[in-house]
Amino acid sequence: MKLLFERSCPGRGSDLLPPCDVPVTQLPADLCRESAPQLPEISEVDLSRHYTELAKQTHGVNDGFYPLGSCTMKYNPRIDEEMAALPGFTNLHPLQSLDTVQGALEVLHTAEQYLCEITGMHAMTFQPAAGAHGEYTGLLLIRKYHQSRGDAARTKILVPDSAHGTNPASATMAGFTVVHVPSNAQGGVDLDALREVAGPDTAGLMLTNPNTVGLFDPNILEITQIVHDAGGLCYYDGANLNAVMGHVRPGDMGFDCVHINLHKTFATPHGGGGPGSGPVGCKAFLADFLPAPRVVEKDGVYALETPAHTMGQVRSFYGNFLVVVKALTYILTLGKEGIPEASAGAVLNANYLMKKLADRYTMSYNTLCMHEFVMSLEPQSHAIGVTAMDIAKRLLDFGIHPPTMYFPLIVHEALMVEPTETESRETLDEAAEIFLKILDEAEKDPEGLHAAPHNTAIGRPDEVAAARNPILRYTAP
Amino acid sequence: MGKYIPATPEERQGMLEAIGLTSTEQLYDVVPASVRVQELHLPSGLSELEVSQKVSALAEANETFRSIFLGAGAYHHYIPAIVKSITSKEEFLTAYTPYQAEISQGVLQSIFEYQTQMCELTGMDVSNASVYDGATAAAEAVLMCQERKRKSVIVSGAADPQVITVIRTYCESRDVPVTVVPAEGCATDPAAIRALLTKETAAVYVQNPNYYGVIEDVAAITNAAHEAGAKMIVGVNPISLGILKTPGEYGADIAVGEGQPLGLPLSFGGPYLGFMTCKSAMMRKLPGRIVGQTTDHQGRRAFVLTLQAREQHIRREKASSNICSNEALCAMTASVYLAAMGPKGLRQVAESSLSHAHYLAAELGKRGFTLRSGDKPFFHEFLTDCPVDPVVLNAKLAEKGILGGLPVDGGILWCCTELNSKAEIDRLVSIVEEVCAQ
Repeated sequence: MKLLFERSCPGRGSDLLPPCDVPVTQLPADLCRESAPQLPEISEVDLSRHYTELAKQTHGVNDGFYPLGSCTMKYNPRIDEEMAALPGFTNLHPLQSLDTVQGALEVLHTAEQYLCEITGMHAMTFQPAAGAHGEYTGLLLIRKYHQSRGDAARTKILVPDSAHGTNPASATMAGFTVVHVPSNAQGGVDLDALREVAGPDTAGLMLTNPNTVGLFDPNILEITQIVHDAGGLCYYDGANLNAVMGHVRPGDMGFDCVHINLHKTFATPHGGGGPGSGPVGCKAFLADFLPAPRVVEKDGVYALETPAHTMGQVRSFYGNFLVVVKALTYILTLGKEGIPEASAGAVLNANYLMKKLADRYTMSYNTLCMHEFVMSLEPQSHAIGVTAMDIAKRLLDFGIHPPTMYFPLIVHEALMVEPTETESRETLDEAAEIFLKILDEAEKDPEGLHAAPHNTAIGRPDEVAAARNPILRYTAP
Repeated sequence: MGKYIPATPEERQGMLEAIGLTSTEQLYDVVPASVRVQELHLPSGLSELEVSQKVSALAEANETFRSIFLGAGAYHHYIPAIVKSITSKEEFLTAYTPYQAEISQGVLQSIFEYQTQMCELTGMDVSNASVYDGATAAAEAVLMCQERKRKSVIVSGAADPQVITVIRTYCESRDVPVTVVPAEGCATDPAAIRALLTKETAAVYVQNPNYYGVIEDVAAITNAAHEAGAKMIVGVNPISLGILKTPGEYGADIAVGEGQPLGLPLSFGGPYLGFMTCKSAMMRKLPGRIVGQTTDHQGRRAFVLTLQAREQHIRREKASSNICSNEALCAMTASVYLAAMGPKGLRQVAESSLSHAHYLAAELGKRGFTLRSGDKPFFHEFLTDCPVDPVVLNAKLAEKGILGGLPVDGGILWCCTELNSKAEIDRLVSIVEEVCAQ
């Protein structure tokens, strides 16, 4: 379809603003740009239709089943959007005097209390704008802690080989060296290997539990103990918190700090890749290192405070505030009963779908899973040349967003499936039928599957060409 | 009754049986008993009606102002109706990062269009798909410039203090030395920067217009940086580029900024939008998502996430940045805003903001609010002396429904946009006059 720029016609546009009502200020010519930017000139009706067409070529949660593992694509409640759009929030300037923003500060303070209760932490910052940003912030907490004790030797962060790519990348950004910890045969942390690498140079461990193969590590208390005994701290990557809310808390498992993805677990929408929100919680002994400012309450009045040994700031102002409003609305709706019910529902749905597929698809681990499970297409790949990619692409023809492909790295030909709690039994039944039907097709006509998808706006794009000769902007012919 | 879970208790029981269990509790048998949660200390769940009332009450506990003269990093501009209408479409709202190109052409194309517009606006070659905000964009830009023998960065003290703080945070953990050059008369002295440049300087960061609204001598600073072999990073207000010389025109290597003025509401500080554009030579060092154009097997135009060899999910600890989720929907908002405005509309916003600010500065100047920047050119913000206590003045303005400027160093940092009409400015000035006379 046409680009905005290809719909442009000189002279078109809308009268959006009145003429300037004061004398127009002329800046010296040497301060001014030589020519106007080549922005499209477009009528409002064409603009509106352009994006309606783009919307039709975008698959969101509201378009159908979205079992994208590790991304927790649950339904995004409409009331959350309505609350975040209230003018009392959207029209607030972040630098207004504190007496005029008491409601907004109460939002942050209440959300902090609730999320600390859910994670077993004592203090929280909302400044990080996404999960990876939260990881970075949490690692800076760990760094500041060791520095404050004059413990300069702790330069290494332990990361399991099953971890998300953001973990090692965040550790590097925070100035640490990454040490990989191998997984055991059950997909968990290999305790002997952990004991071997944990020592006086260990700053901390980053761990996702349940981990990226969808399994809760039953040795979790030993794992955190080993790291603590070595003098390191334990960081909980909250990417998979949706499996365990209200059933077990990172703080009780021995973690010292945690990030949460509000845009996964707390149902705020992903927006095609953000805005997210990655608040970081910590135990009391780390609170003095949190980013500034923090919201504090005294006698019903909210104020801002700079923590005594703050790391500074990781973003401007208070983070993605409106996302916090959405998450708070969600927590108020679910409450103490609904939060654990959501997690149990996610785990039940994942196990139900796994059971329906387990006869034909090879499951990486033959046990009950948490909120997601990982299948391997390695047998099919060897036998008939059909890969995880082929299965994923064929799913597109049935209106299902494919599972996460080729992750975690410790499983070959991986498809990681996370149905979430907001899908009905019929949706899971229908999806299971489609997954099985595709496997039938693969066995009958493996070649045919390589050509999928057939019913989408485009076929498989040439990614190699895209990277080899990058075209990253439109240029007028 | 359900909390977004369709399965009824009977259905759930049936599903449990299908997997060979009898109770939900058994799903968590793997969790050590000693740490199982008995009950969360949270309030009970509420109906939608009750939640709506409760959260609305929180919104109403805030005071919002119709007349706003406060900027300092967050700007109150008119947002055309079409912007909200397009960006609230559920497909855009509820999609994930466009990993599956075949069913994500809409999002991918919108990012490609955004990248093009940001390149046009800044006069640069390449744009990424966004980062978290203007401050993190500046910090990421500094990290982009790291070379084996060039580490340190010189930062203008006339930049937004929050941006400087975030740059310091990001640099501290990477052992990157940061030198902040104090502002002189609300501006950066190119000679002071030149004096600090060494063979170890990786980059210079200057904001233009700066925190005090002053239009800096960016060409002189850029030349100084380049002569010393350092990269030039400039932080820009995107609205100002409706009029002002572009970073591309004065030769900057990287342009970054806060995209909030492009159609995003103030929202108590977020979600906002960090934009980053650079010269082609630095393309492979740019952090974050980038969308590229290619073709599918039938030769049809297609868009994909590209140059992923830079990114965390491929390179892990060797990635150029850890960024994963960015601010995609905010980038789309900026893109729709720029398309709705067009080149003429954007110029009109810039011109009105500039002219209103100059009108206000002149009116205040007649009443003893002297410009701290002297006769230096400024855009839509300016710092003045304040003959009365700025906090007292702002409290009086607030009583009349006006949000005054930011108290800074005993003076006030004022801001005007196209929304501050002449009548509104005249009203502000008359109240200021009254307060000063008391």
